[in-house]
Amino acid sequence: MSTATYAVSDTATMLRRNLKNQLRYPTSVIAIVGIPVLFLLLFVYVFGGALGTAVTTIASGGDNYVDYILPGLIIMTAATGSLGAAASTSVDLTEGIIARFRTMAIFRPSILIARVISCEIQTLASMALVFGVALLMGFSPTAGFGGWIAAIGLLALVSFALTWLGMAFGLAAKTLDAASNAPFPLIMLPFVGSGIVPTDSMPTGVRQFAEYQPFTPIIETLRGLLMGTPIGNSGILALAWSAAIALIGFIWAMKAFARDRTR
Amino acid sequence: MTITTTSAAITATGLRKSYGDQVVLDGIDLNIPRGSVFSLLGPNGAGKTTAVKILSTLTTADAGKAAIDGHDLASDPDRVRAAIGVTGQFSAVDLLLNAEENLRLMADLWHLDRRVARWRCAELIEQFDLVEVAKKRVVTYSGGTKRRLDLAMTLVGAPRIIFLDEPTAGLDPRIRRATWQIIRNLVADGVTIFLTTQYLEEADQLADQIAVLDHGKVVAAGTPEQLKRRVPGGSIVLQFAATTALDDASRRLGGLMIRNDEDLSLQIPSDGSAQSVQTVLNQLDTQSIQNLSLRTPDLDDVFLALTGQPRTNTDEKVLA
Repeated sequence: MSTATYAVSDTATMLRRNLKNQLRYPTSVIAIVGIPVLFLLLFVYVFGGALGTAVTTIASGGDNYVDYILPGLIIMTAATGSLGAAASTSVDLTEGIIARFRTMAIFRPSILIARVISCEIQTLASMALVFGVALLMGFSPTAGFGGWIAAIGLLALVSFALTWLGMAFGLAAKTLDAASNAPFPLIMLPFVGSGIVPTDSMPTGVRQFAEYQPFTPIIETLRGLLMGTPIGNSGILALAWSAAIALIGFIWAMKAFARDRTR
Repeated sequence: MTITTTSAAITATGLRKSYGDQVVLDGIDLNIPRGSVFSLLGPNGAGKTTAVKILSTLTTADAGKAAIDGHDLASDPDRVRAAIGVTGQFSAVDLLLNAEENLRLMADLWHLDRRVARWRCAELIEQFDLVEVAKKRVVTYSGGTKRRLDLAMTLVGAPRIIFLDEPTAGLDPRIRRATWQIIRNLVADGVTIFLTTQYLEEADQLADQIAVLDHGKVVAAGTPEQLKRRVPGGSIVLQFAATTALDDASRRLGGLMIRNDEDLSLQIPSDGSAQSVQTVLNQLDTQSIQNLSLRTPDLDDVFLALTGQPRTNTDEKVLA
């Protein structure tokens, strides 16, 4: 007998459960959307007067500060989504229901596959909400249809990668607190990149870090796709970083999932 | 012991498990016939939960072999999983779903036909007295209700072998009795039950065979009657006013007893008859006894009688 026969139906069952849980516990979506929206409001309306003029004269992204910072905050949403993945995975493990699943003749990977899909859906929906808020604040992208499709593809890939990483955090952590604190540095990473201000304006040491960290090429690519700024080799780097993060997250999550957690 | 008996639901030889340098199971042999109730009786930390986790494929043994429903645990875990149902010590329910949805989730994972699933879930909701809460989220349930749902979820696929790890721990006596009745009904349908418990009474009420587990070893096994014959029916507890009196009394009595220096008491196995009390008192200076009481048998008495020494509580919390 092979449980692989049930790969699709078990994954669908698990996915239904996850989506129901997400709808009934909207707190996680509120956190995922809330953090980037808070920063969006803070940077545009509080710091925007001083920062905005300075930034938009350096960067070639037009004179609208919300246009400049939105890509960074969308990527921050992928990071907060990763935190949501870590938390929901960890809750499942502490509640004992995963142990029940493990004693059943099901296609085991369905537990992780369904979690990745549901978290990805959650993150993409959260990104749409952040986009919506930005549009209300005067965000005016110049992208055409192709640009949007490419941008959505990029965001799906980035959130896929960060979801695996978040799940790995959730599976590896011993407690829920540890699981939800672990992805926190990821949320701050767009700040030390080209998310809020161009890297050119930073002191040498910080600038080198900012230019070589994974979020910068991803943000630059997204900005290019949405606002028409030059992408250069950022596109390739963004894809490579996403693939690398997804692979690390996947291998780590698989390892942590297979670990004997009866102790 | 061999594991060739085809009629056995659960067989095991030499199961061993250590966590680090702590030996949790130290060579367990089992042969549990189909349709019977087997109870693993022991204190916290004895290795009961570890035994259930090994047999239900949640973890692997370091050594030894076991077969469930004729399927080897190590080589064919999926067939084992298809034959068993497990209710662990901690509720494995989805708190954000309601009872009906939790049961349907199980039905889907058992790959039941849609119509069968609907019928089966409705039946279990009725049977487990969950009708009123069926549409309410589990997060609002009391502990007892949650436990009933947990047990109902285990039964959705009508497994023929069920593991119950301390199913009544922390439940009030009324719900405990109701749970016992559910277990009896399952047995009447020919289901095999592997039950762990800390309560002698529970094992006595339900089990066909009991194995007493202590520090990872089976220290006694047999039918409830066989074991009870070795447990002399309770104990006499004597409390003294001073350590000197306690010393004097324990010297005079000799034999099996539990001495407690903190509350200056001695516990002596007894069948509870007036004569046995008199025999004990005759050996003592009754003036020095501050208080005398009789206790009905419990796990402590089982251990005292079966192992010849009181159970040690030092590592009781280890696996709690």
